[in-house]
Amino acid sequence: MLTLITFLPALGAVLIGAIARERARLLRAASLAVSLGAFTLALWLSFTFDPSLPGMQFEERRPWISEIGIGYHVGVDGISLFLVLLTTFLVPLLLLAPWDAVKERYKMFSIMVLLLETALLGVFVALDLVLFYVFWEAMLIPMYFLIGIWGGPQRSYAAIKFFLYTMATSVLMLVAIIALYFTSNLSTFDWTVLQSIQLDRVLEFWLFGAFVAAFAVKIPLWPLHSWLPDAYSEAPTAGTILLAALMSKAGLYGLLRFGLTLFPTAAAAMAPYLLALALIGVIYGALVASAQKDLKRMIAYASLSHLGLVAIGILAMSQLGTTGSVLQMVNHGIIITGLFWTVAILAGRFERRGLEDFGGVMKEMPRLAALFFIFMLAAVALPGTNGFVGEFLILLGTFLTEYKIYAILGASIAILTAVYMLWMAQKVFHGPTAAHIEKDSRDLKPREIMLLAPLVAVILWIGIYPKPLLDRISPSVEALVSQAHSRVEFVQELLQIQPRSSEEPPGGAP
Amino acid sequence: MTLQDLIALLPELILTGVAIIILILDLFLRPEQRHGLVWVSLLGLGAAAIANGLVPTQMASLAQGMLRFDELSKIFNYIFLLGCALALVLSLEYLWRQGIARGEYYTLVLLSTVGAMLMGSSADLLMLFLGLETLSIPLYILATFFIGSASSQEAGLKYFLLGAFSSALFLYGIALVYGATGTTQLDALPKALWEAMEGTPLLLYAGVGLLLVGLGFKAAAVPFHTWAPDVYEGAPTSATAFMAVAAKAGAFAALLRVFAFALPALAESWASLIGVLAVLTMILGNVVAIVQLNLKRLLAYSSIAHAGYLLIAVASAQSPVLMAPATSSLLFYLLVYTLMTLGAFGVLMLAEGQGENLSLSDLSGLATRHPWAAASMALFMISLAGLPPTAGFFAKFYVFSAAIQAGEWGLVLIGVLTSVVSVYYYLRVVYFIYMRPATVERPLHVSSLALLGLALAALGVLVLGLYPPLALSWIAQILRALP
Repeated sequence: MLTLITFLPALGAVLIGAIARERARLLRAASLAVSLGAFTLALWLSFTFDPSLPGMQFEERRPWISEIGIGYHVGVDGISLFLVLLTTFLVPLLLLAPWDAVKERYKMFSIMVLLLETALLGVFVALDLVLFYVFWEAMLIPMYFLIGIWGGPQRSYAAIKFFLYTMATSVLMLVAIIALYFTSNLSTFDWTVLQSIQLDRVLEFWLFGAFVAAFAVKIPLWPLHSWLPDAYSEAPTAGTILLAALMSKAGLYGLLRFGLTLFPTAAAAMAPYLLALALIGVIYGALVASAQKDLKRMIAYASLSHLGLVAIGILAMSQLGTTGSVLQMVNHGIIITGLFWTVAILAGRFERRGLEDFGGVMKEMPRLAALFFIFMLAAVALPGTNGFVGEFLILLGTFLTEYKIYAILGASIAILTAVYMLWMAQKVFHGPTAAHIEKDSRDLKPREIMLLAPLVAVILWIGIYPKPLLDRISPSVEALVSQAHSRVEFVQELLQIQPRSSEEPPGGAP
Repeated sequence: MTLQDLIALLPELILTGVAIIILILDLFLRPEQRHGLVWVSLLGLGAAAIANGLVPTQMASLAQGMLRFDELSKIFNYIFLLGCALALVLSLEYLWRQGIARGEYYTLVLLSTVGAMLMGSSADLLMLFLGLETLSIPLYILATFFIGSASSQEAGLKYFLLGAFSSALFLYGIALVYGATGTTQLDALPKALWEAMEGTPLLLYAGVGLLLVGLGFKAAAVPFHTWAPDVYEGAPTSATAFMAVAAKAGAFAALLRVFAFALPALAESWASLIGVLAVLTMILGNVVAIVQLNLKRLLAYSSIAHAGYLLIAVASAQSPVLMAPATSSLLFYLLVYTLMTLGAFGVLMLAEGQGENLSLSDLSGLATRHPWAAASMALFMISLAGLPPTAGFFAKFYVFSAAIQAGEWGLVLIGVLTSVVSVYYYLRVVYFIYMRPATVERPLHVSSLALLGLALAALGVLVLGLYPPLALSWIAQILRALP
């Protein structure tokens, strides 16, 4: 089942490769059918998912490279389920949207998006470290093509920078994975087995560091974010959305699934430093966003800021906060998609993206304005939207741990976001209407509304009734976090015993 | 020479026979009939592969201790035969277009393959030297195959002079080792070493060092690589493709036979020496490749860089426990390297007009002109860069795991970081193919045979990337029979 969902898009991409590129309608229909097929299967998956079980469900295990213990092992729990759902939900929308950048070479575009979808789904369901790494790296190639072919004027620079940045840290993770294999001596790369081993403490720090480096670039965590402004603003909107809404989740998910479970002691010990980085990211992102003159760059930094908060929720390792983080991953995916999308529509209509270029758009394009306000308010975490539920849980959960200060300072995100978002909304949508706005304005077409409406529906649904999601997320998070905690405590007890036992021999010697 | 020896040598004998038959046939064929010669060669290669599969392997050495036909030789033979067949399939149309479709071409390629096979099967340093020469001399001639072209002549002469020089050093190394140990037989060396270590190890060290220099030259390892870019650029692309694969595979077969199997007592010293070479090779190969604009030079530096990764595998074979993972990773890497390098050169051969020397920008717009050739070139580049889901990833993965098992952390770290560097220039090729519109309309000379070859190479790269056990289990299973 999971295998089918994961590889259906790639299979579709191969089939689409066989269609002649002149047959535009058939290409669109085929790519839509494939991506909707994956979404339908994922929906079915979430309905048959048993919320009472915290562990992995729909597991599949097959030998892959059995000589060295690499297995094909996939499964979902409450954490990955919604990321799978989010991925399969967003991709059909992206494939169907009438992007200005993708007027040409639609065939190639749909192939790349579908390949990327397979890689993303693979990352979210893989339970074998090598399998995970294969999908993890495989994400880069389609994204390189998306930025490089359909991107802005600086696209080749942005594409290669993104690629090298992420790859440089990913290979460190690869070395760590191999090292983990040889030190554990279990002849397996299976996460379910490896998470129970006790590593040497120094080694654990290095391995955790290598994993975190790979995840931190992908999220991105400050100060490893410098590829982000280039890649986000140069990528075509579909690529930006894939980067911000889905690939950043791969980093957060990796941190939660592998970072915390494989190296709990190191994670607990490093948490204050990483939390500090995440907090700096939150505030730095918000401040830089408020200084941006370019709408797309502003959203890019807003995304960075909000992702930092999600990272705080994970790193504080409280059950409530982590549950909130998982929920907020989904929320962020939806909200950031809406924001980038509406900004792209604005930029497409008026062929400019500067903050100063706009004014009074609301009068001319009320429907666009209404949708933008909903996405914006969700980003500001207004109660009743999904952003509120997620951020509230993160802050509450973090406040209940020893890292109170991060929750208190992190809460400033709500104010800071409100400042720059409202300021931007005021500039763009209110005020006197510029002449070129009147000339070029065309409000949303029915097709655009149809594509954006599902996002709004999800925002409101999660905002008002998040229970079905939380019911499924929290058992899995609880199991994961409590296991990490118990292992940290176990090691701490060991450390308390050891000094005493080392003192004994001198006492007994004479 | 007993009958048993002849049977064990059957694959080599078949190829030699076919090479001679081609030389004779060539006299009776009209120029336009020479197309048929490629089929004769392929037939010969097929027969040799079948013979290679059928002939039983044996532990004992043959032909008065000169040769051995064990499981390892068998795998090496398959890799050489595959590389040779693929190189011929890809180059047929190219040779015609360039006006160099002469019968000797096939003879030389086949004989060179025989040389590589002898290297892989040698049980004596002298036999190794003979194999090395049988491999190299046809390559010198192939490099000059553009009779009218000055750069091709220069390439051939340069290759010949430096090659002869390194052969001499290799031979001198054999002499010194013989002086120190009293034997040139690889089987007898491990025992003789222990005795020699007590006496005058200086002689031994000098000899072993010279052996490494000679083989390092053939493998194009830094600092013995200087010939490679010029020769690769000047030689006909079909010859370059074959050279890049055959010479390298042969050299690594020899490195494995000599260092890992015959000199275990010196493992510590040669492992660190080869480790240093590997580091230099990876760094220089990858860094210099970044600034290359000429495609053949770029692939030349890429092949230098890959020699570095292969050297990691050799350096990891330091003790009997590590032998199996190191050897199998080396073999898998060689197999994958053969497929992806030949594939990349194959696309170049399609794109290269008469007397042309392609630069990166000549590939621009390839994606719109010929999507399949473009896609396969992109695939080869991604595989050369070592990215999943291609075979290049697992090739590097195995080499790095063997090295970590051997505790060679430094080599692995430099290995992964330089492969990040390599991504830059491999993706530049992809960039020109997909993201630059064509400036001039360049024809692509597609023939069905070359496309078949490309498809096979691409399929191999993809299938081995998705399911490496296909080759790996087979290699591991065969190697288990080794002592």
